[in-house]
Amino acid sequence: MKINGAQALIKSLCHQGVENIFGIPGGVMIPIYDALYDCKDLKHMLMRHEQGGAHAADGYARASGKVGVCFATSGPGATNLVTGIANAYMDSVPMVAITGQVKTTALGKDSFQEADITGITMPITKHNYLIKRADEIPQVIAEAFHIASTGRPGPVLIDIPMDVSLGTLDYKPVDSVDLRSYKPTVAGHPLQIAKAAKAIAAAERPVLYVGGGVISANASAEILELSERTHILVATTLLGKGAISEMHPHSLGMLGMHGTAYANHAVANCDLLIAVGARFDDRVTGKLEAFAKKAKIIHIDVDPAEIGKTVRVDIPIVGDCKSVLSELLKHVQPRQETEWNRQVMEWRNKFPLHYPDDGGLYPQYIIEQISEITNGDAICVTEVGQHQMWAAQFFKCKYARQFISSGGLGTMGFGMPAAIGAQIAQPDRAVFDIAGDGSIQMNIQELIPAMVHKLPIKIAIMNNQYLGMVRQWQELFWNGRYSGVDITAQPDFVKLAEAYHCVGIRVDRAEDVRDALDKAMNVTDRPTILDFRIAREENVYPMIPAGQSVEEMMVPGRREGK
Amino acid sequence: MSKQTMQHTITALVENRPGVLARVSGLFARRGFNIESLAVSITDDPSVSRMTIVVTGDDKVLEQITKQLNKLIEVIKVIDYTDMIFVERELAMIKLNADNKNRSEIMQVVDVFRAKIIDISDKTFTVEVTGSGAKVDALENLLSPYGIQEMVRTGKIAMGRGARTP
Repeated sequence: MKINGAQALIKSLCHQGVENIFGIPGGVMIPIYDALYDCKDLKHMLMRHEQGGAHAADGYARASGKVGVCFATSGPGATNLVTGIANAYMDSVPMVAITGQVKTTALGKDSFQEADITGITMPITKHNYLIKRADEIPQVIAEAFHIASTGRPGPVLIDIPMDVSLGTLDYKPVDSVDLRSYKPTVAGHPLQIAKAAKAIAAAERPVLYVGGGVISANASAEILELSERTHILVATTLLGKGAISEMHPHSLGMLGMHGTAYANHAVANCDLLIAVGARFDDRVTGKLEAFAKKAKIIHIDVDPAEIGKTVRVDIPIVGDCKSVLSELLKHVQPRQETEWNRQVMEWRNKFPLHYPDDGGLYPQYIIEQISEITNGDAICVTEVGQHQMWAAQFFKCKYARQFISSGGLGTMGFGMPAAIGAQIAQPDRAVFDIAGDGSIQMNIQELIPAMVHKLPIKIAIMNNQYLGMVRQWQELFWNGRYSGVDITAQPDFVKLAEAYHCVGIRVDRAEDVRDALDKAMNVTDRPTILDFRIAREENVYPMIPAGQSVEEMMVPGRREGK
Repeated sequence: MSKQTMQHTITALVENRPGVLARVSGLFARRGFNIESLAVSITDDPSVSRMTIVVTGDDKVLEQITKQLNKLIEVIKVIDYTDMIFVERELAMIKLNADNKNRSEIMQVVDVFRAKIIDISDKTFTVEVTGSGAKVDALENLLSPYGIQEMVRTGKIAMGRGARTP
């Protein structure tokens, strides 16, 4: 059957099981949008900025485990995707971004709305394609989904010139892909796995350090089994949150710069660190020489390049986390709780996360209330900054894919569009975007598609009228010289919500938090903005200053002895 | 692991497609790996190109280079020749001043190096030399007093000794 390239693209996407696309058209995308017009199986959400489309696809992918798809036109449409693609790349999120391109004869001539998007995105995609002939489309789409979703997941960009969209081909669906140059390792090396089991049996003070790789490999059950069988305590990274329920007695919460004191003390003093699907990011390790320096390190990761990149590893195991852990479980014997468990629990009791209870409106309290009112079942999406760290500390996750945050790139403006994607993927769950007043303004335009699609996302702004994380650093490390962080000049977020046909609620007092959240939960047909006017200069603690060790952990002076 | 920085010769077999060189060179640039030389051409299989890359770095850097190269979707295979027995060659062309007074002297040097004079003008010789990088360096040193006008080197190419192939 002869069809055109655009139709073949849509057919190929359907063949991959795609259901949702987040995008914006443009001149060279018209053939593709025309093909979309006839397609009943693909739901397209018209975004208001391409960055929003990329983040929505990202949030959708993280919440569903499927590949997120976004569309943008050539030139500025494509360059607007760049931040969203880089974000997905840093956090290993499976995504396929499809961009229109000027026709092949106009390529390289500085044509109207031409940008070399494959060149631009080379460092921030797992792979990318510039299609030159219509008959390549089915194969390239199949390859792109295969590459995006296997091994270490990541974004793939496909650039389609307009004449390719209009060219004709004999469409045949492509079912399997075999790339001689791309064969990700799945099974771990049996000898290494046996070694790891031995090390676990011999360890006196073991700790599991679990990252986003466990979530993308759907290996939560294996982590739980390993932890329960051996009584090994589990610290997670920001992206690993939810890999094990944070209500579980073995959970130590998050480690790293703003992690719990007890998770960091546990890692600093352990004799065996079992890293699974984590990459020893500088926000986790701080000073490398001091990080887990007494420990033997097992590192399980699907990406061989992560092993030994920053930290020396004693037992490297390359493979899919789920597959490696299931093999490992065949060799691991039960262990009882030890003196070490008792020691870490003592740290937990001695250094809990806390915040003042002087009646002020504190963000930590608000986030705890959100966690509580939703029975810990809500999907928690965040923007980037102080509120993100408070959410990481105080929103207790019960399951994987519940916590969606921009970890590697740290993209302000990620949260709200990602919440849209998450709500599309999980229509029956409450979705909260924990936001800052700075971040929320970076992609505020996406309230419109959320409103159009009647998505009841809740945007909880921790409004301190500062770019708060930078202010905190300036307070602590730059002699309180608050340069470029005061954002007192800002919209009235309640009126703004109303202008976008959404619900807006302002909260100034702690005693009004529950009521406001109840009200928001009762809104089921549109987004709600909650403008929490929090204590302006509240800091995120504990904090290990960048590049330092757990010895230098800062806790608030005024709270000492509490 | 040795902290010692040394020269390594790496061969990458890659898909012969547009943009692959940009992916490889971009990777080196953004990860801060130094390329000493890079030679690329197709192989007996026209769908495969072969890159010979000479880099400097300690073992840890080298490990990252090979792992990151392997991660590129279009890279089929990476071989680090450093701890293997291999043959290496480089070709250079050197254009230097040659007048009636020193022509025979230059020709003697060229002979010793089993190099060739491939072009002559009234004022210059163009010399072609093939060999290891060190041999090319040595000839360049010996010829430089005459005044080198222009020089081009291909960069190193390498192949393992014996019957084994990648």
